[in-house]
Amino acid sequence: MEQDLPGSQHMPASESAAIPALSVTGVSHAYGHHHALADVSFDVASGRFTALLGLNGAGKSTLVSLITRLYGIQTGHISIFGHDIDRAPGLALRQLGVVFQPRTLDLDLSVMQNLLYHAALQGIARGGARARSTDMLARIGLTERADSKVRALSGGQMRRVEIARALLHRPRLLLLDEATVGLDVEARADILRHIRLLIADEGIGVLWATHLLDEISADDDVVILHHGRVLTRGAVSHILSQTETSDLDAGFRRLTIAADRRGDAR
Amino acid sequence: MSTANTVLPARGFGIGGYVTCLTGILWRESLRFLHQRERFISALVRPLVWLFIFAAGFRQVLGISIIPPYETYILYEVYIAPGLIAMIQLFNGMQSSLSMVYDREMGNMRTLLVSPLPRWFLLLSKLLAGTLVSLLQVFAFLLIAWFWDITPPPLGYLTVLPALILCGLMLGALGMLISSGIRQLENFAGVMNFVIFPMFFASSALYPLWRVQEGSPLLYYVCLCNPFTHAVELIRFALYGQINWLSLAVVAACTAMFTLGAILAYDPGRGFARRAPAGGET
Repeated sequence: MEQDLPGSQHMPASESAAIPALSVTGVSHAYGHHHALADVSFDVASGRFTALLGLNGAGKSTLVSLITRLYGIQTGHISIFGHDIDRAPGLALRQLGVVFQPRTLDLDLSVMQNLLYHAALQGIARGGARARSTDMLARIGLTERADSKVRALSGGQMRRVEIARALLHRPRLLLLDEATVGLDVEARADILRHIRLLIADEGIGVLWATHLLDEISADDDVVILHHGRVLTRGAVSHILSQTETSDLDAGFRRLTIAADRRGDAR
Repeated sequence: MSTANTVLPARGFGIGGYVTCLTGILWRESLRFLHQRERFISALVRPLVWLFIFAAGFRQVLGISIIPPYETYILYEVYIAPGLIAMIQLFNGMQSSLSMVYDREMGNMRTLLVSPLPRWFLLLSKLLAGTLVSLLQVFAFLLIAWFWDITPPPLGYLTVLPALILCGLMLGALGMLISSGIRQLENFAGVMNFVIFPMFFASSALYPLWRVQEGSPLLYYVCLCNPFTHAVELIRFALYGQINWLSLAVVAACTAMFTLGAILAYDPGRGFARRAPAGGET
């Protein structure tokens, strides 16, 4: 169902490929004397699944808050499809769909009401918003729950609604912060399958912040964040050859232990 | 990792996008209000208790002389009605800020703040939505008060509207400003003790200022400096089709100041955005 939604942007595939969906350059952030991020740089390409991998406390949520402009950038630059998040926040945020770590749905409103509210925040008029919401609910298999209160949904269903909501305005970059935390194995697999289908179907770029290595597949890109620093970034195969290991788990351990020994820790 | 040399074509929002966003926020706040019947009932019961019980008991103690905008002697209930209206708006403003703190703790606030529309516009829309909710409460109160012989001129119900909107915005903006400085819901109880009660009691809501001056000149000046006093007086005069220019100026200036403060406080890089996240997120 193609609609001319305010968030949708049309451009040649070649041009799209040339621009990183997300570019993070030299970003540092501190809470008082506590340094949460130090000189973080990486890109997320369109049509790629990029995992932001790090243990709890690595700085993933701080980075997500900076990318979504919940926090102001202290040092460095972040741009989404070339739009600087500080200088052109409106244009940058229009390209971005976000699923935050905490649940951000209004529990007392219905699924459809939540989607319509989000559509309004994106400037999508009611008629288009309802059609697009119906379309998205069909895609995530929750059409029959459109009028249910969010409170009545399972954790996995809520996450799917949040993903549908994040995609309502046709963003070209999807950012998910620990989106599978608290879900059972089946729900986690289901969410990941949806995201990978989206990449294949629509060519959007995805930044998937996680501490779970089993959510990363062999052909994904990975950014390993540890104590606020990027230890390495690139395709899984690149990280394996760099660390001379046969699986990402071992490679991750080798990198983080070496960083701790070097004293990269804050 | 290359840095982009080109960007996606820029396309801003037209006026329609802003209107859609504003109506969406108004719609959502109204829905939430309608879903919270207890909130509506308690918002009404509070001033009604003051009107039915406190005012009835106090009527014999406190005599009200003829003071503007009243042209005759009035009952004490009539005198405190504007103060109770302002009290509804004060509590509603603080309730809105409480819900902002709650939304922030629960994460709902992020949905609002990552909208591509300008943040000042989002916050103003939120303020307007809170004001709309307070108007519903005020007119429900006025309807009940009418049966209690509090009957301002019929035109007063219309002329009071702009005053209510302005006062609603001022008190909502104050609540928003306060909410930016509160990190946890538990801390909100302090707002009751340090903001709501002092603002309400150190004002002309319950007693005329000349009475206060007789009792304590210092308190009189405190009341004069209290923006809530001017909200009460603005509403009082508007309810009788008159304008209290000093109160209008004070309320307008405070509205601008509190709104600007709230916008700055919610701006990334300033105020709340700089603080470390709660709940173990890093």
